[in-house]
Amino acid sequence: MSTLSEAVGPAEPNDTPPRGLWRQGLIVFCENRLALVGLGLFVLLAAVCFLGPLVYQTDQVHTDLTAVYRAPGEQGHLLGTDGVGYDQLGRLMLGGQTSIIVGLAAGVLATIVGTLLGAIAGFFGGWVDAAVMRLVDAMMSIPSLFLFMLLAAIVTPSAPMLILIIGAFAWLGPARLVRGEALTLRSREYVQAMRGMGGTGGRAVRRHIIPNAIGTVIVNATFQVADAILYVAYLSFLGLGIPPPAANWGGMLSDGLADTYSGHWWLLYPPGIAIILIVLAFNFIGDGLRDAFEVRLRRR
Amino acid sequence: MARYLIARLGQALIVIVLVTVIAFVILHLLPGGAARATLGKEATLAQLAAFNHEMGYDRPLIQQYGMYVQRLLQGDLGYSYQLNQSVLEAIEQRLPKTMLLSLLSTLVAVVLAIPLGVLQAIRRNRWPDYAITALSLLAYATPIFFLGLMMIIVFSQVWPILPPEAPQGFTVAELLADPAGLVLPTATLAIVTIAVYARYVRSSMIDNLNENYVRTARSKGLSERRVVLRHTLRNGLFPVITLLGMYLPALFSGALVVESLFNFPGMGQLFWQAALKRDFPILLGVTVIISIATVVGALVADLLYAAVDPRVRLRGSAT
Repeated sequence: MSTLSEAVGPAEPNDTPPRGLWRQGLIVFCENRLALVGLGLFVLLAAVCFLGPLVYQTDQVHTDLTAVYRAPGEQGHLLGTDGVGYDQLGRLMLGGQTSIIVGLAAGVLATIVGTLLGAIAGFFGGWVDAAVMRLVDAMMSIPSLFLFMLLAAIVTPSAPMLILIIGAFAWLGPARLVRGEALTLRSREYVQAMRGMGGTGGRAVRRHIIPNAIGTVIVNATFQVADAILYVAYLSFLGLGIPPPAANWGGMLSDGLADTYSGHWWLLYPPGIAIILIVLAFNFIGDGLRDAFEVRLRRR
Repeated sequence: MARYLIARLGQALIVIVLVTVIAFVILHLLPGGAARATLGKEATLAQLAAFNHEMGYDRPLIQQYGMYVQRLLQGDLGYSYQLNQSVLEAIEQRLPKTMLLSLLSTLVAVVLAIPLGVLQAIRRNRWPDYAITALSLLAYATPIFFLGLMMIIVFSQVWPILPPEAPQGFTVAELLADPAGLVLPTATLAIVTIAVYARYVRSSMIDNLNENYVRTARSKGLSERRVVLRHTLRNGLFPVITLLGMYLPALFSGALVVESLFNFPGMGQLFWQAALKRDFPILLGVTVIISIATVVGALVADLLYAAVDPRVRLRGSAT
C-alpha cells in the first residue's frame, strides 16, 4: 500500500523520473475515486457470491413446498424464501456466481475474438479488411437482442451456451476499435522499420498492434462485461434464459416480476439492485481505466 | 455529393444482402430444425422427411438461399403456421406501431437530451454535470424491464394516473386514440435513450468549446450565452444526427423488451411470441425486416449529416 499513498501525495513533475506507462496508469486509476468505488463494489459482490455460501449455507437444489414465500427473517431465512421454498439470500449468491461468470467470460471471449479480427483487418487492409468490416457492418445492423433471441430459440440455453452466443456476437465493437487503432499504427515509423528489417505481418500484429491497442481493448472489455450481464437478464426476462434449478440475477428478477402485486418485495428488489450495482461497478471501472490508459486525455 | 451518395448506397446494399445470408445460415445450420418445430414432438421421421421435402429443406443450402431470395424479392417472406397468416401481413400490421414507439421515444429523448448535455458541457465538472452523469449511469445500468416495472409501480399503482398496459389496436390511429397508454412505454424507452444521447451531446459540446472559432467569438466580446447558443450549439449537434442512426439497433433491442413488458402490439412482441413458439418463418422475417430498417435508418442519418456538414461529404468523396 505504500506505493499507493506515495502516488496520491503531491508529486513534483520536474524532480521525479519518468514513470512506466502501466505504473502511471495505475496512479491515474487510483486517483479516480469512482473507479475505486467500482472496483470495491465488484470485489464485494464477487466475495459475497463466491465466499458467502461457505458461511451462509442453504439448500439450492431441493425445493421445499412447506416453506414458500417466507418473509425476510422468518425461520432463519435472512431474505425470506421464494415460491418454491428456496432461500432467497442463498439463491442471490448462487445466481450472482452465474451472472458474474457468464458476464466475464462472454466479455473476455468477445474481446479476444474482436481484437484478433480487428487487428488483422486493420493491418493487412485490402480485401481482408473489406471482408471483415462488411461482415461487422452487417452483423451490427441486426439488433443484438433479436440475434440473441434467434439463437436462444434454436439451441437450449445453458450458462456455457449463453457465453458462446453473446461472445460470438459481441466482438463487433472491439473489432472496430482495434481496426481503427491498427490503421493508424501500421503507418508509424517503428512498425515500418520492423517491416523493413524483414519482420512478418504476424509479428507486427502480435508485437506492435495488439500491445499498443491493449488500453482501448481493456477499457472496452469492461463495458462488454456490463452489457453481457444485462443481455443475460433480458434473455431471462424474455423466457429464453438459463432454466432452473440453475439461477442468475436476471432470471430471479424476471421471476420476481410476477410477485410485484403480491407484496413479496424481497423477490423483486434484491436481484434488481444486484444487477444495477454490478453493471455500475463495471462502468465505473471502465471509466477509470479509460482515464488511466488514454494518454492523450491525461493532461486535460 | 453524388459520389458519396453512390458509395454509401452500394455499401448499404451489400450489408442488406449479408444480413439475409447471416439470418438464413443461422436458422438452417443449427440443430432443432423447422420441421420438428412445426410438426411437434410426436412427428415420425417419415413425416419430418416429407415436410422437409415439401418445403425444399432437403435441397443444398445454396439452392435454398436462392429460392429464399427470389421469394423475398417478390415480397414473399413465408407463412406462419402458428398465426395462420403470411409473415408479410403480420409484419405489415406491426411495423408501423414499432416505428411509432421508436419515433416518439427518440423525439422525447432528443428534446430532453440536448439541453441536458449542453448544461453538462457548460457546467462541466460542477454539480449539475455530476448529477446528470450519475442519473444517466443509473438509467444505463438498470435493466429496461425493471425500469419499466418501477414506472408501472409508481404511475399506475402508488399514484394511479396512467394505465400499466399499452393501448391495443390494429392500426396506428387506434393506438393514438389512447395517448395515455402510450406514455409509460414511450417514457421507459426514452429514459435509457436520454442517458446515451446526453452523454454524447456533452462530449461533442466540450470538444467544440475548445475550438479556435469559439475563442475568436469570445474574444470578440460576445456574451457567453451567444457563444454557446449561436456558435457552438450548431456544430456540437451535427454528430447527434449520426448517433440517431448508430443507436437504431440498440433502440430496436430496447423496443423488444418494452413491447414485451407493456404488451405493446409491435414487431418486438411479434418476435418474442415467435421465439417462444419456435415460429421460424416469423423469426427470420422479422430479423431481416428490422435489420433493413436499421440499415436504411443509418443511411438516412449519414446522408443527412453529409447534407448539413460539407466537411463530411468532401472527405467522403476524396477517399
